[in-house]
Amino acid sequence: MSDLQAQTDLYFVRRELAPPEPPPERTSGPVTWLRKNLFATPTDAVMTILALLFVAYALPGILEWALFKAVWDGADRTACLGDVGACWAFVKAKFPQFIYGRYPLEERWRVDIVFFLLAAGLIPMAIPAAPWKRFNLIFLMLVLPVVSFLLLTGGAFGLEEVETALWGGLLVTLVVSYIGIVVSLPLGILLALGRRSDLPAVRFFSIGFIELWRGVPLITVLFMASVMLPLFLPAGMNFNKLLRALIGVALFSSAYVAEVIRGGLQAIPKGQYEAARALGLGYWQMMRLIVLPQALKLVIPGIVNSFISLLKDTSLVYIIGLFDLLGIVRLNFSDANWATPETPATGLVFAALVFWIFCFGMSRYSQGLERRLNTGHKR
Amino acid sequence: MFGQLGKQGWLIMKATSLPLALGLVLGLGAAAHAATLDDVKAKGFLQCGANTGLPGFAAPDNAGNWTGFDVDYCRAVAAAIFGDPSKVKFTPLSAKERFTALQSGEVDVLIRNTTWTMSRDTSLGLKFAGVNYYDGQGFMVRKDLGVSSALELSGASICVQTGTTTELNLADYFRANKMDYNPVVFEKLDETNSAYDSGRCDALTTDASGLYATRLTMKSPGDHMVLPEIISKEPLGPVVRQGDDQWFNVVKWTHFALLDAEELGVTQANVEEMKTSDNPEIKRLLGVDGTFGQAIGLSNDWVVNIIKGVGNYGEIFERNIGTSSPLEIERGLNALWTDGGIQYGMPVR
Repeated sequence: MSDLQAQTDLYFVRRELAPPEPPPERTSGPVTWLRKNLFATPTDAVMTILALLFVAYALPGILEWALFKAVWDGADRTACLGDVGACWAFVKAKFPQFIYGRYPLEERWRVDIVFFLLAAGLIPMAIPAAPWKRFNLIFLMLVLPVVSFLLLTGGAFGLEEVETALWGGLLVTLVVSYIGIVVSLPLGILLALGRRSDLPAVRFFSIGFIELWRGVPLITVLFMASVMLPLFLPAGMNFNKLLRALIGVALFSSAYVAEVIRGGLQAIPKGQYEAARALGLGYWQMMRLIVLPQALKLVIPGIVNSFISLLKDTSLVYIIGLFDLLGIVRLNFSDANWATPETPATGLVFAALVFWIFCFGMSRYSQGLERRLNTGHKR
Repeated sequence: MFGQLGKQGWLIMKATSLPLALGLVLGLGAAAHAATLDDVKAKGFLQCGANTGLPGFAAPDNAGNWTGFDVDYCRAVAAAIFGDPSKVKFTPLSAKERFTALQSGEVDVLIRNTTWTMSRDTSLGLKFAGVNYYDGQGFMVRKDLGVSSALELSGASICVQTGTTTELNLADYFRANKMDYNPVVFEKLDETNSAYDSGRCDALTTDASGLYATRLTMKSPGDHMVLPEIISKEPLGPVVRQGDDQWFNVVKWTHFALLDAEELGVTQANVEEMKTSDNPEIKRLLGVDGTFGQAIGLSNDWVVNIIKGVGNYGEIFERNIGTSSPLEIERGLNALWTDGGIQYGMPVR
């Protein structure tokens, strides 16, 4: 036995890690989480209890209506009569109509392709790591509208022509809101720049345009387009209702987007403009390289707000006889074969759910975008 | 995404309004006027103004095809012209835009439960081609109220939609009969209906066809009944532009042909056999004798085409709103004159 050995025997030396102690009760664990987040103050505790009571009061009824007593299958209204909950059989029977409207059955693959292209354009846009962002944007802003227009209307390349009166449902909602967004963003930027321009003609045109479109309700614009316009045109001369709605919605939304962007432009300090000038940049270079990248980033919430309200406003095309998602759901309430006490509620809940999915998606995308572009402005 | 926009990006953004402008130019259709029948024949289909959804009269089925009483009238006119009831396109029109659409030529004929009134007939530049459905304002009550006539409704609370002729008719009726009532008014039709369903008033009043449609959405339809009194006249019919007599005749006589066919027992099933009938009236109706079809610019077998396509008036009624449909509306005033109603087809001769 060596000296060294004797020494180590004498002293205590730890050969393995001690098991970690549990963290103090006060900083973790479900109880602490509850105490911190739900019962931090007496007011919080009261609010939490009230909220829980409300959930306990409302949830069973909602679940019973939407799930347990709901009717999932059925051929017509007789399935949904009696003491039942939601009539999902109605949504199931009408689902293709809610998506495609009255688009001819054998041509619906064309709509499917457009939906697929839209998803194929949007998904990589939402993934920060995906490459080719610039081409992706060109695809979404330019290629997709043109390809969709050719595919959906047909009449060329051996495709049968499908008149827009047959379009409906989610298809119309997406077409109107997508064209509205794609047209109103660039147009809105130009109008916002125009309103701050030093050239009087440009400035007054922009002010006039914005104030005119912002000053009238969208309903009035659509009514004018559908009721007044035909009276001014020569008899028998019609133009497409969908096109009227598209132009109305796009111009209307441009005015709103323009004002949102102008807010962003005003937030950029004068020093930025002067610095750009000092570097010898021209007007468009200054705007493109210095001012707009900062201004647009600031107003992302406002822009997305405008686009979400645009998506929901598409429902107003109902009043000119076009059937967007909500319109076609409501139209189908008039089918006597499905008229039951539960049909309207079920249909509206379905429409609300679809709208919510799209609006929530847009909202999440904008939040992601804000985080990604947040270069040192976090407060 | 905004920061990455290059110079190209800007040009492209501006260019996106180009397809819009192009579409504007392409969307402008060719002008059409005067001889509607020739125009319809030339374009190959009938453009029919329809309702934006009214149970039994114009509503989409599961596949999205328009069905209903008014819709079948559109198909009948198309069948008379083309021999094919499917050569029709529908323009759903709201109450506000329906007359404009007809006046401007956006639709060829308006068959959209439109009430025939003097001012509409005389001052809008339009003509009513007949009455395909005699509607009128009625009352619905709970059976357990023990009321069997509207005259017993004195002191009742009545759910009614405000701002409509319905509300005015109601006031007129009770004043004329020296009765009291409590109007419970609502802005929207569905609010009115659900208020009645939840028991906030004793009776509900609107057009009789609407009462039957409302009954479908009630929790227990069997507990309610429609009272026999009809307190207003709402004759609904197809409308055409004034000043085109040939087209007016086509629509008017399509209506009469449907009535005559029912009266003579010509149905969708037996129309081919009926062609060999000895009855001179049937022979004239079906174009075996005479050239009545050619006289109004159609083929002589126009009625055969109509009946093959959609059936006679009775069949259209039964299929869409009659007792074999969910609405279960009785024929009532809309029965043929031979059955106690007032539907009367002028003779073909």
